[in-house]
Amino acid sequence: MDNKRRSFLTSMVQASAAAVAAGSIVGGFVEENKDKPLTLRPPGALKEEDFLKTCIRCGLCVEACKNRDNKVIIDGKEIVTLFLAAPGDKKPIGTPYFIPRTGPCFMCDDIPCMYACPTGALTPDMCKNEKGEVAIDYAKMGVAVIDPSSCIAFWGLQCTACYRACPEMDKAIKIEWKKNERTGKHAYRIPVVYEDACTGCGMCENACVTEIAAIKIFPREVFLGKAGDRYVKGWDEKDQQRVRKASTQTTTKTGRSRKSAIENLNEGIKWDQ
Amino acid sequence: MSMDRREFLKTTAAVAAASAAGLSIPQDAEAAAKESQEGWQWDKAVCRFCGTGCGIMVAVKDDKIVAVKGDPESPVNRGINCIKGYFNAKIMYGADRLTQPLLRMNDKGEFDKNGKFRPVSWKRAFDEMEKQFKKYYNELGPTGVAVFGSGQYTIQEGYAAVKLVKGGWRSNNIDPNARHCMASAVVGFYQTFGIDEPAGCYDDIEITDTVITWGANMAEMHPILWSRVSDAKLNNPDKYYVVNLSTYRNRCSNLADMEIIFRPNTDLAIMNYIAREIIKRNAVNWDFVKKHTIFATGHADIGYGMRNPNNPNVTEKEKDTVVKQVVKKVTDEEAVALSPIGKWKAGDEMEMKHAAGKKPFWHWEISFEDFKKGVEPYTLDYVAKVAKGDPDESLDSFKRKLQKLADLYCDPNRKVVSFWTMGFNQHVRGSWVNEQIYMIHLLLGKQSLPGSGAFSLTGQPSACGTAREVGTFAHRLPADMLVANPKHRKITEKLWKLPEGTLNPKVGSHFLKIMRDIEDGKIKWAWVHVNNPWQNTANANHWVKAARTMDNFIVVNEAYPGISARVADLILPVAMIYEKWGAYGNAERRTQHWRQQVTPPGQAMPDIWTMMEFSKRFKLKEVWKEHKLPDGTVLPNVLDKAKEMGYDPEMTLFDVLYNRPEYHKNFPWPDPIAKNPQTGKMHKNTEAAGDGREIMGEDGKPFKGYGFFVHKALWEEYRKFGLGHAHDLADFDTYHKVRGLRWPVVNGKETKWRFNVEYDPYARKFAKPGEKFAFYGPLLKTIKRGNLQGPIASKGKINLKNKAKIFWRPFMVHPEDPKYDTKGYNLWLCTGRVLEHWHSGTMTMRVPELYRAMPEALCYMNPKDAKALGLKRFDLVVIESRRGKVKARVETRGRNKPPRGLVFVPWFDEKVLINKVCLDATCPLSKETDYKKAAVKIYKA
Amino acid sequence: MGSIIKNKYLILRRITQFTILFLYFAAQYWGWKILEGNLSFSKFFDIIPLADPYAVLQMIFAGAVIATDVIIGVLIVLLIYGLIGGRAYCSWVCPVNLITDLAAWVRRKTHHEKDNLINVQKVKKFRYFFMVVLLLVSAAVGAAAFEFINPIGFFTRGVAFGIGFGWVWLLVIFIFDTFVLKNGWCGHICPVGATYSLIGAKSIIRVYHDKDKCTNCGECLMICPENQVLSPIINKKSDYISGIECTNCGRCVEVCNDNALKFTLRYIIKQKGEENEKSNIN
Repeated sequence: MDNKRRSFLTSMVQASAAAVAAGSIVGGFVEENKDKPLTLRPPGALKEEDFLKTCIRCGLCVEACKNRDNKVIIDGKEIVTLFLAAPGDKKPIGTPYFIPRTGPCFMCDDIPCMYACPTGALTPDMCKNEKGEVAIDYAKMGVAVIDPSSCIAFWGLQCTACYRACPEMDKAIKIEWKKNERTGKHAYRIPVVYEDACTGCGMCENACVTEIAAIKIFPREVFLGKAGDRYVKGWDEKDQQRVRKASTQTTTKTGRSRKSAIENLNEGIKWDQ
Repeated sequence: MSMDRREFLKTTAAVAAASAAGLSIPQDAEAAAKESQEGWQWDKAVCRFCGTGCGIMVAVKDDKIVAVKGDPESPVNRGINCIKGYFNAKIMYGADRLTQPLLRMNDKGEFDKNGKFRPVSWKRAFDEMEKQFKKYYNELGPTGVAVFGSGQYTIQEGYAAVKLVKGGWRSNNIDPNARHCMASAVVGFYQTFGIDEPAGCYDDIEITDTVITWGANMAEMHPILWSRVSDAKLNNPDKYYVVNLSTYRNRCSNLADMEIIFRPNTDLAIMNYIAREIIKRNAVNWDFVKKHTIFATGHADIGYGMRNPNNPNVTEKEKDTVVKQVVKKVTDEEAVALSPIGKWKAGDEMEMKHAAGKKPFWHWEISFEDFKKGVEPYTLDYVAKVAKGDPDESLDSFKRKLQKLADLYCDPNRKVVSFWTMGFNQHVRGSWVNEQIYMIHLLLGKQSLPGSGAFSLTGQPSACGTAREVGTFAHRLPADMLVANPKHRKITEKLWKLPEGTLNPKVGSHFLKIMRDIEDGKIKWAWVHVNNPWQNTANANHWVKAARTMDNFIVVNEAYPGISARVADLILPVAMIYEKWGAYGNAERRTQHWRQQVTPPGQAMPDIWTMMEFSKRFKLKEVWKEHKLPDGTVLPNVLDKAKEMGYDPEMTLFDVLYNRPEYHKNFPWPDPIAKNPQTGKMHKNTEAAGDGREIMGEDGKPFKGYGFFVHKALWEEYRKFGLGHAHDLADFDTYHKVRGLRWPVVNGKETKWRFNVEYDPYARKFAKPGEKFAFYGPLLKTIKRGNLQGPIASKGKINLKNKAKIFWRPFMVHPEDPKYDTKGYNLWLCTGRVLEHWHSGTMTMRVPELYRAMPEALCYMNPKDAKALGLKRFDLVVIESRRGKVKARVETRGRNKPPRGLVFVPWFDEKVLINKVCLDATCPLSKETDYKKAAVKIYKA
Repeated sequence: MGSIIKNKYLILRRITQFTILFLYFAAQYWGWKILEGNLSFSKFFDIIPLADPYAVLQMIFAGAVIATDVIIGVLIVLLIYGLIGGRAYCSWVCPVNLITDLAAWVRRKTHHEKDNLINVQKVKKFRYFFMVVLLLVSAAVGAAAFEFINPIGFFTRGVAFGIGFGWVWLLVIFIFDTFVLKNGWCGHICPVGATYSLIGAKSIIRVYHDKDKCTNCGECLMICPENQVLSPIINKKSDYISGIECTNCGRCVEVCNDNALKFTLRYIIKQKGEENEKSNIN
């Protein structure tokens, strides 16, 4: 090999190694930056994992939100809902998000942000009911969660501010009554969130009158659990819907059943004495 | 003393548990609790906001309110509050609190109506106020000046104001914003019982098993009471039945077992249907009815409390509505409703012959047969047809509901409480609907019984305690006495130590009339106390323009720069609730006092002080001389009689009304009652002793107090009015030791159910032996007799001592019902309040949390209406009536769900000044404006 | 006036760059529907989609389903830059060019053109490797990896939606270009530029060099940010500047006092010496 060729190859190897090194750093940063599980997305967003793949970070949703003609301006100050994450916002860079406490989603009937999305990261497919009807009511931006220790309704105070702010009132937040044994005559009127109807718009968090909101929106994946699909509520006709995708594969396996039955049996049985 | 956290928790828990149980706390634990909260001084007070009257405790540190808590010992709320109550500690500390007198001035420092507000001294403020007052008082006489009073006055403030206006200036032009709020209830009480205020109390909520709300959104406006209803419902979910009657769906419906959405104004028809059912089903409690009631009615052609259509200030656009004040075409619906009278057929022109003066009040006894004939046309079919309020509900469903409602009332095994607030009171027939609800309860004998009765809820914290009991109305004097009654005037003059004949016998201008008089140039000087008239009065464009552009002088006592302050020529900065001593009376007749907790900020001073200082500017010879009133009445010169009483004409009103020697003698300051029960420190008293700020007073000298216990002196004088007259109140000191008492307080005992022999000492006193009730109210007890057409002179008069009246009142269509509108105003506008904000929002819109929760007034609309108008949620729309327009954002998903054809806009937001749009029609009897009904059109802004 | 004519391409470039930024800003703040979005994806007059091919490529590697609009947007971009010269994007559109040009200007003014911390020769092809590696990283992390650090995105999003701490990254690029490596970001690292180089390999608009007029003054070599595309040709032969990294910025044309360089259309207008072209690609 002549020297020229040799040095060409060397520089190619060096350059590609440097590229791999730099790429790894970028990869590490991306892994860190994209893992912001508390980010709240606009209506119709794909699951976070797919959303991050699909969002091209163009901001058209943010522009649609900002430039809708039914903006909410209060005492000269516009209430901004959607932002496009900039470095320092502690959200995956360049992706849309909202902060309900200061700018809840006002749940526009025509969902301008969702329809502005060119990539399908926001899609009507994620904003429809079982019948396939698309409406903002079927958005699943998040779910409201109440901290009973700071919610003054749990102290017995008569608040209901979140309930009254809820656009899905009596569906997503219901007031439930409980006896207040201490006063003996003033029922607790407690807000209870029903996740199936909650869109996660955050009007409740915005309205909450405690210093730090006692009701907050969390992304659904973060907060919601999942009950098993082998039990149906006997008192709720509709509950079978919940488990309709239950598989017919019903083999269970635990530590006890690690071995086959025969193997197990043939281990025999020991006794003392 | 050192205490670890564990011990601390144990102690506080023990104290809380003990006070909840009403136990006395062991001395050691109590001391420990005090020690651990050192620096915070707690004292009992009352919530600033609604008529519920929740007890609170206020904590003070470094002369600032640091916190509040619900008073666990208060029987009303047992330690809990609603979200307005939760923020009592914050309302006084807004960044834009007014702290110095402000006068509109030019660059030379002279008053200039078109000048900018500039700070002035109190002396300069009083100088200008006096100069302007005397200019107009001398020009127009006592009727040329006016005071806008309040249902949020402390009792002593209201009393001091009435004394100054009626006793000093000899004017009856003082009327409270309670006119907008409770006046129809008052007339209902007067007409039916002859005495004001509810017979029952909040205990009814727990005792009853049926709650029916008629235009009372208790879940939002009286949350603490609603939590009691909720609790009662929880205790007995199968029996306890809640019905919510409203013209739109509100949040009471989520607890209610039945919701009835009716067309505005048709509550009259529904109640007549119930009366018809009561008779038809033989549910009349004859024993009760015969012993304790008579039947009565009045004229139907009484107008709608609007101005004369020929008044030059009525605009062309308004005219087609205002003309109905004089004459109106009888509709098909009305023809049926009015048929028992037999005077009008469909299409007839009904002349409003009984609209003027006292004519709307005229009523006479009728027979039961007449009454029965009167309700006969109100069949289920007819009423369901006229009253169904939701076009999307089926007639059958609505009929079933009406029947169920009648079932509930008629069921002999049910106790029934009917609640109402503004839905009834703010009504062009507000007094009638009040009478009619009593009509139902009286027919059934379900009145003045524990758990049964018609219960008028109050809006304001002291609409009962101050506006009504003190009588800060144009026609009233303390303790249900009336200016038009010479006996009542005489009693008052005696108690006030005024020469006989001082008081003006002519009823003054009611709240709306003061506004109209300002526009008509009949009143040129007005002083606003504790309310916001230019935001709270319907048809506001007229009044704002008149105040700003005409020859007049407006003084506004304010804590924050609201609409009325902007309208003002002079703004006086005043102390807020816990910055002064005071007392409020709530809806169940419970009177509650509090001590001054902190010093007012800046140069702000209590309202009483502004009245007392201003009174120093009037010599008796200026006000007690002869006055000729515009109607020809002559107020005599009483200076001679005054001299006989030892008053020199050169003395001031201050000397006669407020600075009385017996006050100094009997109510010295300091007084041991001012000692804080927890710390033993003395509470301040700005009026009595100054508060250390040495504010320069009206004389330009440092104010060091009047030297006596002003609030106690006024209280003790005021309470003499009621003693022995079924209005008995306890002495000042007692109220500082208890959590309020429900009057009449006789022998230290409060009264829960009035007119009931078992509970009310006055009923015992007046009732015939063996009878269970005595409706002993003294007013309007001698009436004529007649039939549905009118009084019949030959039948003479009847005295109905101890009896209540059962009225027959016909349904009529509202004068602006969009159903009959030909000018495109095709939607009903209903206004009201929201949970988060109090009245015009001057206080609550300055609490950041409440501001965020509800930052603007929205226009609540049915989604189908919005769709038909091409509107999206949060679109900015114009809401336009014949009188004006405002812009607001549309909400179709909100807390209030109107049926098609109706929109709801709350009035708290000065940026959505909905009163520019509202119709200034009133109940012709009570003069209370109907804020619930006006025709509007809506289009995109 | 003379200097305006002389620097007409520079002025036009700045005008286009700033106009584009302004239109993005106006779209967000005043709702103008001329050019909405940013350089990742835009809508032109509310209809015509424009998509960044490299961003879309990363999304494909990340495993995204690509929407029709995006595909059309990519095709339009490929067509445009395929014709007018791929890296015209870099000098006429990309706002990072403003920063790197400023860095280059600082170097010229302080006469530090050649002071580099890194051996230029060794990093010649880095950007292409980097471009490929980031596609693999995108696949690995399940997201368009470069878009998390793309200064173009920071800049354009910053103008319309708020920059946050993005300015730090832009400052780093300025410092890197000024002190570490001449023309470092655009000429050696940026994988977007690398992509456009490949896209525009066969583009029509090209600078043509007339050896007969050249006096070998070296001005063009001095000003060119990618002067490896000039050096094989200047004063050596009459030919198109056909190196794929040429950004069509036109600075060489402007600085040449001998009219030896001009924009022309390859394939369409015959130039003398065209026969040499084939041998000179790359």
